Amino acid sequence: MGRVDAQATFRGSGGPLPSRPRQSRPARCGHRGPIRAGVLVAVAAALGVALGACGSASSPGSRQSITLYSGQHQQTTDALVAGFEKETGITVNVRSGTEDTLADQIVAEGARSPADVIYAENSPALEHLQSKGLLAKVDAGTLAKTPRNYDSPAGDWVGVSARVSVLVYNPALISRRELPTSVLQLANPRYKGKLAFAAAETDFQPIVTAVDRAYGRTATLSWLEGIKANVAGFTHTYTTDETITNDVNRGEVAFGVINQYYWYRLRAEIGRSNVHSRIAYFAPHDPGYVIDVSGAAVLESSAHKAAAQRFLAYMVSKSGQDVIAASRSFSFEYPIDSGVTTKAPELPFDRLRPCHITVGELGDGRSAVALLTEAGLL
Amino acid sequence: MTEQRTAEQRTAEQRTAGQRTAGQRTAGQRTAEQRTAEQRTAEQGSVSEAPSSTSRRLSLRVPPGLLVAGVAVVAVLLAPLAFLLLEASGVGAGAVAHLIWQPLTASLLWNTLRLVVVVTALCAAIGTLAAWCVERTDLPGRRAWAVLVVVPFAIPDFVVSFGWASLSTWVQGFRGAVLVMTLAVYPLVYLPVAAALRSADPALEEASRSLGVGRVRTFLRITLGQVRGAVLGGCVLVALALLAEYGAFEILGYHTFTTEIFTAFQVSFDVQTASALSLVLVVLGAVALALDAAVRGKGRTARTGPLAQREATRHRLGRARVPVLAAFAALVGLALGVPVGSSVYWVFEGGVHAIAGVSLLDAGWHTALYSGSAALLDTIAAVPVALLSLRHSNRATRLLERSSYVVLAIPGVVVAFALVYFSEHYASGFAYQSTPLLVLAYAIGSFPLALVAVRASLAHASVSFEEIGRSLGQRRLAVLARVTLPLVAPGLAAALALVFLATVTELTATLILIPTGVQTLATQFWAYQKNLSYGQAAPFALVIIGIAAVPSYLVSRYFDRLPSRATGRRQ
Repeated sequence: MGRVDAQATFRGSGGPLPSRPRQSRPARCGHRGPIRAGVLVAVAAALGVALGACGSASSPGSRQSITLYSGQHQQTTDALVAGFEKETGITVNVRSGTEDTLADQIVAEGARSPADVIYAENSPALEHLQSKGLLAKVDAGTLAKTPRNYDSPAGDWVGVSARVSVLVYNPALISRRELPTSVLQLANPRYKGKLAFAAAETDFQPIVTAVDRAYGRTATLSWLEGIKANVAGFTHTYTTDETITNDVNRGEVAFGVINQYYWYRLRAEIGRSNVHSRIAYFAPHDPGYVIDVSGAAVLESSAHKAAAQRFLAYMVSKSGQDVIAASRSFSFEYPIDSGVTTKAPELPFDRLRPCHITVGELGDGRSAVALLTEAGLL
Repeated sequence: MTEQRTAEQRTAEQRTAGQRTAGQRTAGQRTAEQRTAEQRTAEQGSVSEAPSSTSRRLSLRVPPGLLVAGVAVVAVLLAPLAFLLLEASGVGAGAVAHLIWQPLTASLLWNTLRLVVVVTALCAAIGTLAAWCVERTDLPGRRAWAVLVVVPFAIPDFVVSFGWASLSTWVQGFRGAVLVMTLAVYPLVYLPVAAALRSADPALEEASRSLGVGRVRTFLRITLGQVRGAVLGGCVLVALALLAEYGAFEILGYHTFTTEIFTAFQVSFDVQTASALSLVLVVLGAVALALDAAVRGKGRTARTGPLAQREATRHRLGRARVPVLAAFAALVGLALGVPVGSSVYWVFEGGVHAIAGVSLLDAGWHTALYSGSAALLDTIAAVPVALLSLRHSNRATRLLERSSYVVLAIPGVVVAFALVYFSEHYASGFAYQSTPLLVLAYAIGSFPLALVAVRASLAHASVSFEEIGRSLGQRRLAVLARVTLPLVAPGLAAALALVFLATVTELTATLILIPTGVQTLATQFWAYQKNLSYGQAAPFALVIIGIAAVPSYLVSRYFDRLPSRATGRRQ
């Protein structure tokens, strides 16, 4: 192959073409020059500014600031942070992400984590960090504000808000009477092709843990396999409660398992007139009827513990809980403080009839993940 | 069109002739030519041929500075792989096997492989046929089509995905992934094939026709044979892009290894599971690269000689003209019209939502800053590796070059965690969540793209100019700066543009390494999209398309001009 090339080259070089080596090249450069030079200059300028920026970023001024890793919805976090900054003058740098990725990140960062506070959607992420010894004790005054059963058993994090797992259904595709009343019925073959759920959502894991606790590992596994068979014919896999809620609402699938606030969030986004779906609760004390607690903690490695503790105190204070209840925070969760009520969700918190699983029993969610993995859902 | 092309050809021919003549002026013209030819052979990976004494002598003269630079670059590139192996060795081989041997792995493997096979085949067919129609037929409006079929290159995969999925629920799962990814990545085949067709020698086709072989058989046996290297190179890029894609599949609800790796990071606090799955992905990527190398080694050169470049006679489409035009209109409509149209639709119809987010300007500035810096870093870093593998080619330097392609198969999230790991363990958390570390993550993930561009350009630049420089007593660095770099300038520009394009849409590493409080266009788009706030996501999609348009234009111009010998190799 190389030989052929070389021969061709020789044949070519003997050709009758003019030999003006120095003229062709400048012509080409001249043609491309402006674009290339432009790109280079722009990029060089960008790099210069980048280096300059990191040099100066370390001194944002004399104002006190804390860094918050937030796995909560952006709107809710933003509303809480705005209220806190206004009340205390402390700046909060927010890093938004998925709660478990943020927890992974804090573990990887170890003692040098830049985070002062972590705000998680679900308790397992906090319990995971607690089990690694990465959380500081929450101020007793803060813990005293909230019901004990929604705080860390070890006092390492505080519950901020709560919500409940429900079914979202489209009445045009399935009637309320046809819906399961127990989470166990989700594995019933009659729901094949009708059920949507997101195994990778952190909101689904507590249900698995609750079923595991109520019926044991073997039963839970065959239950999950039944669920898997019911969604087997789908063209795609649901990965978030948002898409489940949206697809049920527009009639793509009959019903799904979600946390109730997604339905309210969708309603707020698209307007009541566009809502074609409803929510339904499981039977009282059914293992599928789980309260999920969203909470916050101060990192043991934090260099601003006092300010961080103030943020936690603010979250469970009357004004913080009012932010959760207000529609502008887009939270649609139950404020953990029983003195603050919400208009949406309409069903008052104390009239919920959830199963009796505690946050301690929900743990760090590892057993649920293991079960989901064994069933081939993760 | 024809006139312009002829002028370009003439320039190219003069250039080549110029190089020849310049070679003549030095004493050893034959040696220089032979050496170039031998290097070319070596590049093509035919390991069976023993390296000649000339190239061995060359490789003995590897400047230590160059060697150190090349090894350092590749060492940094392989950091993510080292991280994966460290994680794996931490849990032991048995545990890794257990982590990989899960019920889901089989379905992930099936999902990944069937998608790679189907989409690669579709892209090969669409890319090759479109290139042939534009380059070799009397298709009306060829110049316009030549631009329009390449523009989808500038639209990020997840924007295509968003454009389709937000309009119709039919576009989901496997069928959605096939549709979206085919439309998003077929230019990766089109670009090199079009370049190869343009520079291929039409004499072979004419000889075939004159010997009485029919049109179709001539196309199948001669034309396809000539562009085979370009088609395969494009296919490998398509396959690697599919292996690494995250955003588009997440929107479509289609699970592959890469989406599952991200899920493993999200739900199980389990870096080890993610690492074990990533190793599978690395193996798949290595298989794709090895297949490429194996097939390529047996391939034929695309043309008979560098001077045999002239305008081919264009085939008359005749009655096929209308259907072909309709097919082009459909392709452009689906690949370009739907994503852009859908984004524009959501800007007006999306409604107002509650997330504040950052401004377009702020996100756009940070996107340009990170991607631009990474592009610059990669382009600089690609020079020593390309020089080593081409100018000092031996097994060691070629291995050095090849091993850098492995990073294409490593998901961004793994690169990010690797950098976090090394930063925490060996540098006291230095630069963590700062611009430099994020830029480094971008640069690692996209380095092969820069290398491809620089290398292709360098392969085409004659070594004799450098020898003249050396013989005139210039120092190596001076020769590099004054001779080599100006020669490969178009390749450097293409490298900048390619890396910029690839990193503008980076999502998973960005989420982990971005400075707190900062958003890029991609992360802000993603946050809105996830909340189903299409009206707010859409402007970010449009700005991403706008920001990617300029570099993609540069890249397509580059491929337009690069002779097939260079493009056929790796891209």
